[in-house]
Amino acid sequence: MIKVKINGQEQNWDGDPDLPLLWFIRDEVGLTGTKFGCGQALCGSCTVIVDKQAVRACITSVSDVGGREVTTIEGLHPTGDHPVQKAWRQLNVPQCGFCQTGQIMQAAALLMDNPKPSHDQIRESLSGNICRCGCYQRIENAVHLASTGV
Amino acid sequence: MNILTNPSKLRGFEKHIKVENVSRRSILKGLGLAGGFVLAAPVMMRPSFAYETGAGKMPHGTVVDPRVFVSIASDGMVTIVAHRSEMGTGVRTSLPLIVAEELEADWKRVRVQQAHGDEVKFGNQDTDGSRSTRHHLIPMRQIGASARTMLEQAAAKRWGVPAAEVKAVNHEVVHGASGRKLGFGELAADAAKESVPSAEGLKLKDPKDFRYLGKGEISIVDLHDITTGKAEYGADVRLPGMKYAVIARPPVTGGKVASFDGAEAMKVSGVEKVMEVKGWPWPSKFQPLGGIAVIARNTGAAIKGRDALKVTWEDGANAKYDSVAYRAELEDAARKPGLVVRKEGDAEAALKGADKVIVGEYYLPHLAHVAMETPVAVADVKGDKAEIWAPVQSPGGTREDIAKTLDIPQENVTVNVTLLGGGFGRKSKCDFALEAVLLSKELGAPVKVQWTREDDIRNGFLHTVSVERIEAGLDKSGKVIAWRHRSVAPSIASTFAAGTVHQAPFELGMGLIDNPFEIANLQCENPEAAAHTRIGWFRSVSNIPRAFAVQSMVAEIAHATNRDQKDTLLELIGAPRILNLTSVKDLWNYGEPYDSYPIDTGRLRKVVELVADRGGWGRSVPKGHGLGIAAHRSFVSYIATIVEVAIDDKGKLTVPRVDTAIDCGTYVNPERIQSQIEGAAIMGMSLAKHGEITFTNGRVQQGNYDDFPVIRIDESPAVTNVYIVPPASPDTPPSGVGEPGVPPFAPALINAIFAATGKRIRALPIGKQLEA
Repeated sequence: MIKVKINGQEQNWDGDPDLPLLWFIRDEVGLTGTKFGCGQALCGSCTVIVDKQAVRACITSVSDVGGREVTTIEGLHPTGDHPVQKAWRQLNVPQCGFCQTGQIMQAAALLMDNPKPSHDQIRESLSGNICRCGCYQRIENAVHLASTGV
Repeated sequence: MNILTNPSKLRGFEKHIKVENVSRRSILKGLGLAGGFVLAAPVMMRPSFAYETGAGKMPHGTVVDPRVFVSIASDGMVTIVAHRSEMGTGVRTSLPLIVAEELEADWKRVRVQQAHGDEVKFGNQDTDGSRSTRHHLIPMRQIGASARTMLEQAAAKRWGVPAAEVKAVNHEVVHGASGRKLGFGELAADAAKESVPSAEGLKLKDPKDFRYLGKGEISIVDLHDITTGKAEYGADVRLPGMKYAVIARPPVTGGKVASFDGAEAMKVSGVEKVMEVKGWPWPSKFQPLGGIAVIARNTGAAIKGRDALKVTWEDGANAKYDSVAYRAELEDAARKPGLVVRKEGDAEAALKGADKVIVGEYYLPHLAHVAMETPVAVADVKGDKAEIWAPVQSPGGTREDIAKTLDIPQENVTVNVTLLGGGFGRKSKCDFALEAVLLSKELGAPVKVQWTREDDIRNGFLHTVSVERIEAGLDKSGKVIAWRHRSVAPSIASTFAAGTVHQAPFELGMGLIDNPFEIANLQCENPEAAAHTRIGWFRSVSNIPRAFAVQSMVAEIAHATNRDQKDTLLELIGAPRILNLTSVKDLWNYGEPYDSYPIDTGRLRKVVELVADRGGWGRSVPKGHGLGIAAHRSFVSYIATIVEVAIDDKGKLTVPRVDTAIDCGTYVNPERIQSQIEGAAIMGMSLAKHGEITFTNGRVQQGNYDDFPVIRIDESPAVTNVYIVPPASPDTPPSGVGEPGVPPFAPALINAIFAATGKRIRALPIGKQLEA
């Protein structure tokens, strides 16, 4: 039995320990804000935060996070008002929106580590998160806005 | 008449589709919402505007009826139906916003309800072709104005005053003389008893009084849900007892299962079943490819189970499809005469007599859509009833295809439309939804079919592959006197009908036969090309290779004559005029009447001049930088782009700045236009720099974002500026926004690279060509 804390709630798993965390979160726990985009850590749509680090849930197994704290988009802020989320809304960042939860989680992890990133640092940190709609200009500006006060 | 012999009867070929009478039989049912407008005496409305659109020629046309689209609860909450699919353009917000504007509703008290797939009730729902605003600005205004008029009539009766004395203002009706007011909620029940006014007498708002339209101050309705993970896409639907499926499909188009062994797959923890899925022979429109499905308790187990499957495939007729050999075939075809599809003057003779002939052959490979959300659908089939939840661009078409596939009446099929995690044309084809209903029927349980990224890239409906060959003949003064453009590419029609070798009118009309240049001798030809995989619509469609070729050639002519690229472009466009294309037998004008949407070179000139002015054309740039320009009319909009590129000494390419001007006529939400154009620059840059799907032995060689890369944030342009041309008048017809932004980007970039380095790239993607 693997025990994982997701958004502060303990979850148990007695199935395949190699099951990717992404599918555990989505299909078994039922939190669908974390998205599937590639399955190979190439696109960042499944980004969650594990112990303050941005992690790709699609290549992380449930057993990798046994006993650890996982935060998904649903747990980032109780009312959805994390500075990154607020900045995202202020600048009307999303188009289709599908990749945005992963982008937001990556940005939130960046700001935990580096509260005042430069534009180059923002671009570097978010370069693992693909947006096919191409919202990059606004993503960059929103992370900057979140870092300077929304 | 069946679909295989007559592709012109199918969706996307709407030019040929007869106008269908809109049945009103379901209208009285209303939406089942509290206080909805439900009444008798249906009134057919006719547009009373200064222009006509092609909306009526779409399958099921438009339904202009407030009782279908608007309901008002007694607490004043207004519900407006969005009947088209949201894939990132903002349509789920902008169409209801148009209704709210005319209704005088307070947007804060408006709720948007997504329509299910039902074209008899809602009219055409195909969300493609950059059509939503252009086909629905008028109908949505009429719907809002009708509902407003009914509220006003109800208030006037209540007060016993003439209707002319009352006016709806911000969610209430006001009697100016007495100062009395009644909220929309208080009037809803009475308003529902009023008859629907006829379009002729309908009073629409004066555009100068608009509070929402044209302002760009309203955010999309899903913004909060998107940023908190609550927004529901196809894969986010969960039903009790739902199974999870992934499918191994034939690697070669037209292939099928020869044999399979699911024993190892069944050993995987969580796998419950391995079963064959029915496939259809190629080509068969959007029917599933068939294959072996692995059913499991979660998606991860299903994927792992599929990895353990042993399947032997029978590859069929396309087993030798090879992209290197096929490119040579296309080039060969482009060097010989082909079917003449436009002829002005005598290009052949003029080329022979020209002082100089410039030849350019431009290659664009297959492209995959790779929307962030891969195809996915949840189906629940019980007996002769089917319900599906899916991110589809074609809710009505999906319903029809499910009914046909299961052989049940359409009335028994419910298509719930989720948000789409990107569409780009891929989700106009509902094969993934058909797979889900087939599996659910067989399993007797709800099932989710999840495509992996590899499935998406290897089993999709790819953008075509093309060679565009242009020969331009110049006289002694450098003036272009002859132009011959041969376009060779397998057609989308090949996905509908075997043996297709020529492009369909809608493909020829995307940047080939609609060429706006003022050249005395101009000929367009379409040599034959057969398809060896499923070809489908990809955002902007044939405009991508055509704009790439034509706008590259403009720059090549400018270079050959030692002139400025923008000046050469303007000279080729020629005088401001309305093109009279009498020599074209079958001009497809994006399905629009030519009178409303003619090819207006004045508007094309204007976006070139605007972007040149605002984008600083001719400014001096640092060493290693270059500027390129391109302009193109598509989806009846006009657009021009300037790209500044920087190439370092190792050949690494970056884009410091992009400027784009768009004239899309009357518009609803400039903020979303801006976002579409910003995104189009990224998609244009992705295909220019990286985009290439190749085949060997009939199999796609790429599988994920590592070998089919798209632009990431660290490669994206530093700045993209967007300039929107204000409509000439409130009667200027609205035109497309979602797609026109993509085509000019690649040629503007390629022309900028030439300015920076002197290297002329004629085959995309750029890849490592600058490193050599």
